[in-house]
Amino acid sequence: MLTKRVIPCLDVKDGRVVKGVNFVGLRDAGDPIELACRYDAQKADEVVFLDITATSDRRDTTVELASRASEELHLPYCVGGGFRSVADIRRMIAAGADKVSVNSAAVANPALITEAARAFGTQAILCAIDAKQVPGNPNKWEVYVAGGRKATGLDAVEWAVEAARRGAGEILLTSMDRDGSRDGFDCALTRAVARAVDVPVIASGGVGKLEHFAQGILEGEADAVLAASVFHFGEFTVRQVKESMASYGIPVRL
Amino acid sequence: MAIVLVDYHKGNIRSVQRGLQAAGAQVLVSDSPEDVRRAEAVVLPGVGAYRDASDTLQELGLMGALRDACDRGVPFLGICLGMHLMFEGGEEHASASSPAPGLGLLPGVVGRVSPEDAEGRHFKVPHVGWNSVHPAQGAQGSALAQLLFEGIRPGEFFYFTHSFQAPEGEGTIARTRHAQWFPSAVAVPGNPQFGVQFHPEKSSDAGAALLRNFVRIANGERGR
Repeated sequence: MLTKRVIPCLDVKDGRVVKGVNFVGLRDAGDPIELACRYDAQKADEVVFLDITATSDRRDTTVELASRASEELHLPYCVGGGFRSVADIRRMIAAGADKVSVNSAAVANPALITEAARAFGTQAILCAIDAKQVPGNPNKWEVYVAGGRKATGLDAVEWAVEAARRGAGEILLTSMDRDGSRDGFDCALTRAVARAVDVPVIASGGVGKLEHFAQGILEGEADAVLAASVFHFGEFTVRQVKESMASYGIPVRL
Repeated sequence: MAIVLVDYHKGNIRSVQRGLQAAGAQVLVSDSPEDVRRAEAVVLPGVGAYRDASDTLQELGLMGALRDACDRGVPFLGICLGMHLMFEGGEEHASASSPAPGLGLLPGVVGRVSPEDAEGRHFKVPHVGWNSVHPAQGAQGSALAQLLFEGIRPGEFFYFTHSFQAPEGEGTIARTRHAQWFPSAVAVPGNPQFGVQFHPEKSSDAGAALLRNFVRIANGERGR
């Protein structure tokens, strides 16, 4: 049976991990590969590197990162952030990335998803969606781009359906309302998207307690759960998260 | 003895290269039909779409070279799309009635992963993540198939990511269940030629063990 995935996410800027990392015994807490290897050893199912480097001329460092990751990691990884063209994506895949995630550029130009999926296969293209609840309407969420700074007017569920139809093989769904809140995933949002699309949905944003991971799967109906700081600060190991999920009857790779 | 790792410009072969090297192999990454024809063992990786891969192999002259090498009985491992290419054809960006051509080492056409089980319950496609690989009944008889999975427990987890799957047939040596059971490893009967749907190079210790076993086969071991 297919297991539910636990995915640590690393925010990377100019080749270095940003957001605090508080891990005992790391040689270099800012090195994304060393951190990812730690998660690999803890049986993370996948790792996401989110490149938040602002300028495109610094992106070479991210290509180098992908190349090092493919040398040193024994698990699949995704690189996200800043892809504007099929050529950008090709560079990253050639460097060894198993998947890339597209966000703002896909909203601006949905054909990017179609073209990239055609070139690299749907399994290589994730559509990342940052969504925020529409005030006064608990069952409606709007898509934001540019790192959450710009509203698009797009409905998150409709955009997810469109992205999947165009060939996105997975949806990486972040609740902006919950991100950093430690209140747990937005399960209503996650469920609405998970039920609307045929492709897997990765829930993101809001984890603060162990049971939140199981909630994302059971109530949010997500196929995978993603978190960042609870792992980086050493609050939970991936193994603890999986054991907690298993205690709720969720199939995991332990 | 060098394994020729076929690079047909579809990306992501570094992990496979590193995995084979870690398994003790010398690896020659090549897109040259001559290298493939002379190869003592071949690994055909692959991500992406069937039609695109099939066209590219044709354009590079690799389709014929791979067929020649396989006709000689060289040890062969196809990974994911590389496994799919072992069959007669594939439907991705083509159609069931006129599939894009494959190597034809095994009969049948690669089709879509079923999103529904027998009870009509819905499953997500692509099939992405870690799933169990179970030896097929009868495959126990094949010493080569046993050797490929030596030291790997039945039901071990491997990493999958695919929307298409190999057809059932005599070549099936292991199966995995998503909405329905499908072949997750195949062998060309009587030859040291295998395909795996999962990515051993991304599958942690179990994947490393499988690659080591393949390198042993490439070095001439044939099991008991």
